[in-house]
Amino acid sequence: MATPFREVLKTKGFVVTTEVGPDKGSNVSKAIEHIGLLKDKVDGLNVTDNQSSVMRYPSLGTCLLIKEHGGEPVLQVTCRDRNRLAIQADLLFAYSRGISNVLCLTGDSIDVGDHKEAKQVFDLDSVQLIHLVHTLNSGKDMAGNELSGGIDFCIGTSASPSSDPLEPQLIKVEKKLKAGVSFIQTQAVYELDELKRFAEFVRTVDEEVKILAGIVPVIGVKMAAYMNENVPGIFIPQRLVDELAEAPKGTGVSKGIEISARMIRQLKEERVCDGVHIMFIGREERVPEILEVAGLL
Amino acid sequence: MEEIKQAMALYKKVLVAGCGTCVTVCWAGGEKEVGILASQLRLARSAEGSEIVTLEAIVERQCEKEMVAELKDKVTEVEAVLSLACGSGVQVMAELFEDKPVFPAVNTTFIGMPEKEGLWVEMCGACGDCFLDRTGGICPIVRCAKGLLNGPCGGTRKGGKCEIDPDKDCAWVLVYRRLEKQGRLDLMRQYYTPKNFRAVKRPGRVQATKA
Amino acid sequence: MNGRIIAFCCEHSAYPAADLAGKLGLHYPETLRIIRVPCAGRVDVIHMLRALEKGASAVLVLGCEDGACHHITGNIRARERVKHCDMLLREIGIDGRPVVMFNLSPNAPHKFVKAANEITKIIKESREAR
Repeated sequence: MATPFREVLKTKGFVVTTEVGPDKGSNVSKAIEHIGLLKDKVDGLNVTDNQSSVMRYPSLGTCLLIKEHGGEPVLQVTCRDRNRLAIQADLLFAYSRGISNVLCLTGDSIDVGDHKEAKQVFDLDSVQLIHLVHTLNSGKDMAGNELSGGIDFCIGTSASPSSDPLEPQLIKVEKKLKAGVSFIQTQAVYELDELKRFAEFVRTVDEEVKILAGIVPVIGVKMAAYMNENVPGIFIPQRLVDELAEAPKGTGVSKGIEISARMIRQLKEERVCDGVHIMFIGREERVPEILEVAGLL
Repeated sequence: MEEIKQAMALYKKVLVAGCGTCVTVCWAGGEKEVGILASQLRLARSAEGSEIVTLEAIVERQCEKEMVAELKDKVTEVEAVLSLACGSGVQVMAELFEDKPVFPAVNTTFIGMPEKEGLWVEMCGACGDCFLDRTGGICPIVRCAKGLLNGPCGGTRKGGKCEIDPDKDCAWVLVYRRLEKQGRLDLMRQYYTPKNFRAVKRPGRVQATKA
Repeated sequence: MNGRIIAFCCEHSAYPAADLAGKLGLHYPETLRIIRVPCAGRVDVIHMLRALEKGASAVLVLGCEDGACHHITGNIRARERVKHCDMLLREIGIDGRPVVMFNLSPNAPHKFVKAANEITKIIKESREAR
């Protein structure tokens, strides 16, 4: 049995989580393979919720698989696809099946996904979602009705420390912290100073909350350019792009892993944050390599 | 009325601005309603033992910048503007006089479409539960791609552009800049509870009471 | 407040009734101020509000009896406006400054005096209640 994530956050010096991205389709063998490979090497496994507005196997289903295979799941919930009734119902279901960590997110816009004609919901925003989980934790639903059977989620959320302008983003973060979260996973960061400034701000609002820096390995110049252009809230500095450009052909992935591991080491040594959340989309099987190079295994 | 009274509590001199078009026709914000609302404000204030000076104005069409611009002298004189126009009118007023707080005095419920060639931009979703007093006169419900109420999403692009369109401004960055300019960022720091999306039962139907 | 009662008097009913009351030497409260209007239906909500704003303690709207309006429905419109004005005042928490409508015929000076006395009584009672 995995240690509950809530305990890990309290006791462990440097927390490490990563992601399992569900496939499109009902074949879950690949997800199960990734779960088996990662569950004992990290403290928590996030499952994305129709990531980038692309329809996939659900976050909830994959979290159940993680639970069944002895891992510690973190259920990502976005406000894009479900209204307040559906979100509450899903949370009740999740908790009843032993999933007790939830990451509250706004969710990408429908426009960036593969079902562009869908009606987007956003009945709630991420701050309201955090408040909602607290309401459920207190034994009531949003309408004030009593719930039978208690609920006790460990709540997390996300933030973008590289936003430009940053101030409006920080106001939002402050609201999320005041709503009450145990951990914050940041969007991918590549500049140490950016994260330092962000952590400093977070600490002025909430000293307890754990900050997990988002790590996304960049494996080539093309990917860097694509991300800078298309992935909101991510900015990859030129010096990393240059470093990638100098890497010999065919060694991009290793180079990306090396850069990420170096970042993780720095974060840990300089105590910039309380841990990392590694997102290696589509290359989950190479996450252990990052951990190894970073000295976390 | 209570909401309007509270919104005006901070000010001693305000402009009550009506619109001569749609809201006049539906008895919500024309010359008559402007006069009555201003009188109510003055009476209410004097009942509390203080005073409020109200300037009154009717703009032929408060959704048109050129027409609203004519109010410049009056707006300069006052501390805040109370607009009886629809959500579009309130926003045009707020945009044109960026340093002045502009408050909505009506909850716009639905908007007719003028059939004319040209380009129109959606400013007001006619939700029946107006939010413009909290955002410096910028509606995040329709101008934010996700209709968020508590600040920007994590997808803001460089320079404060929207996740879904690099040519479109992030509504929350606009709200931030407007409120910062007015020294009212505390409004953005407040937590807003989930919105009542059923303030207007669709299809909308309103029985006006004529003064 | 100046304690005055502003009485909007229709020139086809209340105004001649008031005139008659004077000729007969009937007494009515000296705080009453008469404003002659062509019809009770001419009195708008904004006129009632302005009277109160300028310090009046109460507003009377006096029009013709039902069915006797020279402009057919002026007295009925006036009654609706008085009701609407009352609602507007409640909205802003103003009570004790009544806006009231009475109907009377031109040959009813006693009814005119009665209306004046009645609204004076309402003002007094609500003042004492507070």
